Amino acid sequence: MAKERLLVAEFDTPAEIVAAAKALADAGYRRFDAHTPFPVHGLDKAMRIPHSKLGWIVLAHGLVGAIGGFALQTWSSTVAYPMVIGGKPYFSFQAFVPVTFALTILLSAFGAVFGMLFLNGLPRWNHPMLNSRHTARMTDDKFYISVEARDPQFDETRTRELLERVGGKRIAILEA
Amino acid sequence: MSAPSIATTKIPIPPTPPDEKLVTGGLTFSDVTNLVSQVTEQKTPRNWYLAFAFSLALLGVFGVSVLWLLWEGTGVWGLQQPVGWAWDITNFVFWVGIGHAGTLISAILFLFRQKWRTSVNRAAEAMTIFAVICALMFPGLHVGRIWMAYYLFPLPNQMGMWPNFRSPLLWDVFAVGTYFTVSLLFWYVGLVPDLATLRDRAKTRTRALVYGLLSLGWRGSMRHWINYEKAYLILAGISTPLVLSVHTIVSFDFATSVIPGWHTTIFPPYFVAGAIFSGFAMVVSLMVITRQVFGFKDLVTLDHLEKMNKIILLTGTMVGYAYAMEFFIAWYSGSLYERYAFINRAFGPYAWAYWTMITCNVISPQFFWFRKFRRSIPVMFVLSIVVNIGMWFERFVIIVTSLHRDYLPGSWGYFMPTIWDIGLFVGSFGLFFTLFVLFLRFLPVIAVSEVKGVMPEADPHHHAHEEVEEKAPLRTAEAS
Repeated sequence: MAKERLLVAEFDTPAEIVAAAKALADAGYRRFDAHTPFPVHGLDKAMRIPHSKLGWIVLAHGLVGAIGGFALQTWSSTVAYPMVIGGKPYFSFQAFVPVTFALTILLSAFGAVFGMLFLNGLPRWNHPMLNSRHTARMTDDKFYISVEARDPQFDETRTRELLERVGGKRIAILEA
Repeated sequence: MSAPSIATTKIPIPPTPPDEKLVTGGLTFSDVTNLVSQVTEQKTPRNWYLAFAFSLALLGVFGVSVLWLLWEGTGVWGLQQPVGWAWDITNFVFWVGIGHAGTLISAILFLFRQKWRTSVNRAAEAMTIFAVICALMFPGLHVGRIWMAYYLFPLPNQMGMWPNFRSPLLWDVFAVGTYFTVSLLFWYVGLVPDLATLRDRAKTRTRALVYGLLSLGWRGSMRHWINYEKAYLILAGISTPLVLSVHTIVSFDFATSVIPGWHTTIFPPYFVAGAIFSGFAMVVSLMVITRQVFGFKDLVTLDHLEKMNKIILLTGTMVGYAYAMEFFIAWYSGSLYERYAFINRAFGPYAWAYWTMITCNVISPQFFWFRKFRRSIPVMFVLSIVVNIGMWFERFVIIVTSLHRDYLPGSWGYFMPTIWDIGLFVGSFGLFFTLFVLFLRFLPVIAVSEVKGVMPEADPHHHAHEEVEEKAPLRTAEAS
């Protein structure tokens, strides 16, 4: 695989990074990212990130949990191992509610966590941002913009100038 | 809250409502990072070893009690006819209940946008997970033949047998199992950005490797945060009904039976309120110690503790209402057995346990009507422990007093615990403390990225006042 290259710039405040992201998006960049120690409100809009699709993944998992859980109880209580217990009918659906509910929640949670990791392409330990100490403060108190060299708009000098103009500091190329 | 320190600057700063001052002492983002991270980075303090040794000793008591139980069987406990279910299930309900506050803080308060939760949610969620681990020990062990514990799960087997899905005990397996798994996932998702912080600060190869692996390559990407925040919101959304359902289902263990004293419809809400009550008390006990030891007084402020004490007052009063209502319904039902069960509970051989429960759970939280007591560290620490003693007694009273006098006087008895009952219960605290002490040493005790997110500086519109801030670093000093 070809080396991945990023041009990164550092910013000090949430306001600066929102302005910088907006400038990049307006200039037609698409393959760029912001790296912040916490989610900055309004940054997603400035970067024009579409809404997360995670909800649909969770819904699908939840449905599997609900239908699968109910089916498991119905099948095992009526077909696989029919027993009269406490004089109740084999198919006592009222009693199946708690387990159906628990399995719905369980599968939804799996969907939420593993779906989130899937959408984010994580775990991934070999990213340029992780390869140098240059951006180590991205999880502390600094805010970074990274522009991928693959972006059609990317031009090392012009992109660098743009980042400088919006107040970016310590601009550098990172590779992995 | 005094204004003079602001007055020295020229540009007026909009007053911050007291509720929004979640971080005091004028801390910056990197102060927050340092404060929390250094706990895991500094040389292990001597007191930590003391705490760890004490916890391990208690864990040893647990280990011996478990081994002896497995060797001899459940006969080593004080179980007899008619009380065939006593401390094991009491301890189970006690520990599950404690867990509930963690989920309440992490999920329900998140949905209600109670931003103060960010400084206590990590520790509270850890407490949840460790408490549920302790809880799971008891049903796991009291099956007697522990090597048959897989019967609890719907696993295809050579006998063609399936569990009875109409039994509330099986509902418990699913409810508590799901609760544990979801709590663990929720906790881990919250930890990922903070583990990345520890990774980026790592000074040694081992730390970089371990925290690097655990943080899954998190790089604070905004494109990731979008999905992350969605996942967090969904987890909070599904944990909310889950936490309410777990203790509901635990209460079904009793409520769906026909034992007078158990067969009551008030049990689900009453158990949930009691669970939150005891859980918050445990959070207060733990946070009072943690903030003292690690110097988190600007992150876990008196305001946070006061809010939790208010919840203790509220839920304690709900529990008191439930006790009264149980009596009313016992009388109103006209059922002789029901009436007898409750009169016997309050004035029979276990009256001492009943009134201990009332004193601890109904009377003691009433001190929190007064602001002075709500904000006094010694008072809240003592009361939080008293509340948990009371909540253990509540479960004991419900379980044992309802069983010890069967319908015929010939089947009456008095339950006495043996040394092994006591060893297992006391030892379970060893398990809990060992896990908690390890957590305090190796993981970020406070949700660093979430705390930063609720600081006023995190708002992009905050930049207008930034200049002022730099010139007047005392801005927040007014609060100290």
